[in-house]
Amino acid sequence: MTRFIAILLFACSTAAAAQDQAKIVKLPELQELISSKGDKIKVINFWATWCAPCVKEMPLFEKLGQERTDVQVTFVSMDLDLDPDPSKVYKFVSRKKLQSKVVMLDEKNPNSYIELIDKSWSGALPATIIVNSKTGQRKFVEKELHEGDLEKLIAEVQ
Amino acid sequence: MLVMAVCMFVLVAASPVRMGYEVGDTVADFKLKNTNGKMVALSDYKDVKGVIVIFDCNTCPYSKAYNDRILALGKKYSKTFPLILVQSNDPEKSPGDSYDAMVKYAEDHGYDFPYLFDETQNVARNFGATNTPHAFVLKKEGAAFKVVYIGAIDDNARDAAAVTKRYVEDAVDAVTSNKAAATTKTKAIGCTIKWAD
Repeated sequence: MTRFIAILLFACSTAAAAQDQAKIVKLPELQELISSKGDKIKVINFWATWCAPCVKEMPLFEKLGQERTDVQVTFVSMDLDLDPDPSKVYKFVSRKKLQSKVVMLDEKNPNSYIELIDKSWSGALPATIIVNSKTGQRKFVEKELHEGDLEKLIAEVQ
Repeated sequence: MLVMAVCMFVLVAASPVRMGYEVGDTVADFKLKNTNGKMVALSDYKDVKGVIVIFDCNTCPYSKAYNDRILALGKKYSKTFPLILVQSNDPEKSPGDSYDAMVKYAEDHGYDFPYLFDETQNVARNFGATNTPHAFVLKKEGAAFKVVYIGAIDDNARDAAAVTKRYVEDAVDAVTSNKAAATTKTKAIGCTIKWAD
């Protein structure tokens, strides 16, 4: 019984931790996150739990965020577009023990907000924005990334 | 001269400009294998006002969310404005989208419209399809098919009951009543087409 309670407590605490980690945001907050000035290279990856190529490329972003202090990685989950329940994302974040910042976009009318995030984005996942937050220089890619791709894209905005 | 040609090629290859049809473009004919084993060509459609081409697949959750709505589109305009589904995912990248899996999916879901396998991915490339489901409404003018609408089926993937704009139906209705479509291009979140390496 105590063991059961311990497991339950653990499950609750990790779920709560994931909730702290994966904040639900609206478009203005996301736009601020992308375009605010600073001294880091921002790497913003748009993904969803159902997107196989997204999940596959995630470790590259995690590794980059841990290895480079000049880079700030953010995962933007688009799951809420199809399913209003955020629990799938919370579970994913704690199961994968994601270290990078995670937010969930909660917005209606993708036809207008996709353009506002990036003009060249079709809306397909995965997609990644790389911004030099000092100069504002940015790159957008709409495809699954492979080993070495992120470093190349970062060099292009430096 | 050769160096220049190579440079030009590199420039073109590296250019970020997306290929594909724009509204108003005439679509090149295509011929693909249907799930019943027969070939279907766009030019087979003679006595129609136009066709709806949707790039779709078996595996994408957005495709699943839209499946009932796609079936309804197929029924609603079957004679005047038939539906053609095209599956362009590379089965190596997306094993659930092999030709055999398509045959089964079409049977299980009672498709009474073509579900075509774009094995070379050339049709998706020509159209500039990026995700699934990605709809193109084509108007027939003489023997030519012209693009009048590119984008999402409607404005709410999550909830069919909460849809406020039926983009594809509106474009089809505009063509059949000889009007211009009010909305000609939209974007939606979706699964990327799984391109072969």
